[in-house]
Amino acid sequence: MPINELVSTISNLILILFLVGIPVYGSLKGVRVYETFVDGAKQGFEIAVNIIPYLVAILVAVGMFRASGAMDIIMGMLPSVFLDFGVTSEIIAMALTRPLSGSASLGILGEIVTSQGPDSFQARLGSVILGSTETTLYVVAVYFGAVSITRTKYAVHAGLMADLVGVIASIIVCRLFFG
Amino acid sequence: MLLNIIWLFLLVASTVTALMTGNLKNLVNSVPEAAMNAFKLSIGLTGIMALWLGIMKIAEVSGLTNRLSSLIAPIMVRLFPGVPRDHPAIAAMAANMIANMFGLNNAATPLGIKAMKDLDSLNTTKGSATHAMCMFLAINTSSLQLVPFGAIALLAAGGSSDPTIIIFPAIVATSFSTVSAVCIARFMSKLKRFQD
Repeated sequence: MPINELVSTISNLILILFLVGIPVYGSLKGVRVYETFVDGAKQGFEIAVNIIPYLVAILVAVGMFRASGAMDIIMGMLPSVFLDFGVTSEIIAMALTRPLSGSASLGILGEIVTSQGPDSFQARLGSVILGSTETTLYVVAVYFGAVSITRTKYAVHAGLMADLVGVIASIIVCRLFFG
Repeated sequence: MLLNIIWLFLLVASTVTALMTGNLKNLVNSVPEAAMNAFKLSIGLTGIMALWLGIMKIAEVSGLTNRLSSLIAPIMVRLFPGVPRDHPAIAAMAANMIANMFGLNNAATPLGIKAMKDLDSLNTTKGSATHAMCMFLAINTSSLQLVPFGAIALLAAGGSSDPTIIIFPAIVATSFSTVSAVCIARFMSKLKRFQD
């Protein structure tokens, strides 16, 4: 997979550019890089501790939801019209799980790849959906937790609606490319 | 508020379902496990968080932050009208978005948290999100990642003949979701119920 490797090499180079390039630039500008680094890094623990209550709230609720088997019941109630577009109940389960849990949605995609085959329409559609959506509730908990914000206003609405647009766009694009 | 509703729904719906399906034991067992997991994830952030906070401090002191900010200010000022163009939040948000696009989650999260801290310094109503924060979160939760490495790895592991075929469709779909996130957040920022 040369493209795959090329893309991941570029990503790693960008990481190194941040990590090494910034201190090199700093030292060229006469910054005492080591002292400055340590000074900035001190806040790390405080921020991590700040996030705990927010993440406990979200992850416990999501964990209970997964353990209860509610997902299977919701899937059973889904109308079959989705099937006409190649959208199976597994795809819908994955899309519904995605904002709640990254590992769970990746797990469902793994099942799709195994049961339908890695080159099937479903496996590709699932992959594109995974790539165009985000674990919205997790991101909200971590980012707002870091600054102790509980009144999140419309951030969750916008994030979830964007996920929905991502799913619909994925279905359309996959029909065009792989239909 | 939406998060209140979602949270309560998850708790009540799981309990009702577990009672109906006899999954109560599973449900109860999942609770301490998830709580421990949340603690581990938070504390696990400390090292990488400290690393990027330190690097970003160097960027700030050396003036790199300001240079980057002025470079992308024309776009950022339009996206985040409440943030002054020379504010450190601009550079932190830009760095977070770049890291996100390339799927560098380990860098993106600390940089995003740094950006939230900077945005909070402009916040006059602590504990309540600002418009800039909502826009930033909307963009972040719309998925910026251009190449879905996780999915490609899964397809490759499953024996796909061409796992990278999904890259282009994924870029198209994720562009739609990000553009719509910006439009939705901008629209909602005008709504009366979300004013202070």
